[in-house]
Amino acid sequence: MTALLALLVAAGAGYVATTWRCRSPWPLARTTAWVAGLAAAAVAVAGPGAAHADLHAHMAAHLLLGMVAPVLLVLAAPVTLALRALPPPAARRLSRVLRSAPARWATDPLVAVPVNAAGLWLLYGTGLHTAVAHRPALATLVWLHLLVSGYLAAAAVLAVDPAPHRRPVAVRALALAGGAAAHDVLAKVLYAYPPAGTAGAEEGARLMYDGGTVVTLVTAALLWRRWYVSREAVRAAAQPA
Amino acid sequence: MADALPRPVPRRRLLVSGLLLGAGTAGAVDEIVFHQLLHWHHFYDRASGAAGLVSDGLLHAATFSAAVAGLALLADARRRGPFPAVLWWGAVLTGAGAFQLWDGLGNHKLLRLHQVRYGVDLTGYDVAWVLPGAALLLAGVALLVRSRSRPAPRP
Repeated sequence: MTALLALLVAAGAGYVATTWRCRSPWPLARTTAWVAGLAAAAVAVAGPGAAHADLHAHMAAHLLLGMVAPVLLVLAAPVTLALRALPPPAARRLSRVLRSAPARWATDPLVAVPVNAAGLWLLYGTGLHTAVAHRPALATLVWLHLLVSGYLAAAAVLAVDPAPHRRPVAVRALALAGGAAAHDVLAKVLYAYPPAGTAGAEEGARLMYDGGTVVTLVTAALLWRRWYVSREAVRAAAQPA
Repeated sequence: MADALPRPVPRRRLLVSGLLLGAGTAGAVDEIVFHQLLHWHHFYDRASGAAGLVSDGLLHAATFSAAVAGLALLADARRRGPFPAVLWWGAVLTGAGAFQLWDGLGNHKLLRLHQVRYGVDLTGYDVAWVLPGAALLLAGVALLVRSRSRPAPRP
């Protein structure tokens, strides 16, 4: 947990330092989103929800770390910031890495969202979540996985940072809906068949369902809003085919 | 057609927008009124088994995603110029009616996933759920047919 907190602080310091080096003024809203995202993750990891025994408290932490924090971090556009602030040779290297096959795979909504959902099912559907509760090292890995796979899924769906071969908006919206469906079904399964040895399973499952719905609704609204103001959509609306 | 005149919005986009928003809204109303406010249906009724869990979860995600997408497409259609309101409302009512009929007949009766209410005689409730659905669907289709004969208004 301490390692994870140190990582979050370093990520915050690194981002803020990079905005100072950025060649053009960097929007304050994006810096705010980054800091808020890291704060949400820190509260999830260090707050009362980090105690695994009670599913209700745990779910609040899970929602913050796996859904709220990733969306805020994606809105902060860290890759755009890096591309603008790095010296040109390093920026070129970074964009080469982003164009590589593994990076393209990892940020494809048809891969990132199912991977994120599969991780959740593995964690809560198989009892892995209770097994890691008493092993701090494993628990840290699980937290990190939730944050990273949540970030990749949100990045793939919202597509704030530049990405080669971006999927059309309908595909990204469908991927988001599919991920939400997997989340909803898992919440219902947890409610119907609570894992052995967990308290607060019913309240936890309901919180997972309702909270997941709210975050997904906000994400869908952001996704369609970004499409509405995108250059292609505005141009298409001005001259209908 | 002169290029200076804004052309009517493509029919298909308006149809998709209306159907998505209609079905999505009907699903959300079902969820909010009957699940959350009246508690007639349950979060899980411990009777419908795995199929009920999966279908309810899928339906929930699909309806609210459809409503958001429908609204976005509506906003896009509105900025494109003349707006054929009859066609769009026809699509909304068709979507809402189709959802309600499918829920009332398919989910409740054929698949028996869940019922409108538990512990009471269902006939009245079923009629009260299915008939308005059919009426919505008929009204929607009628509007769609009328929108064909009445072209989009010129600006």
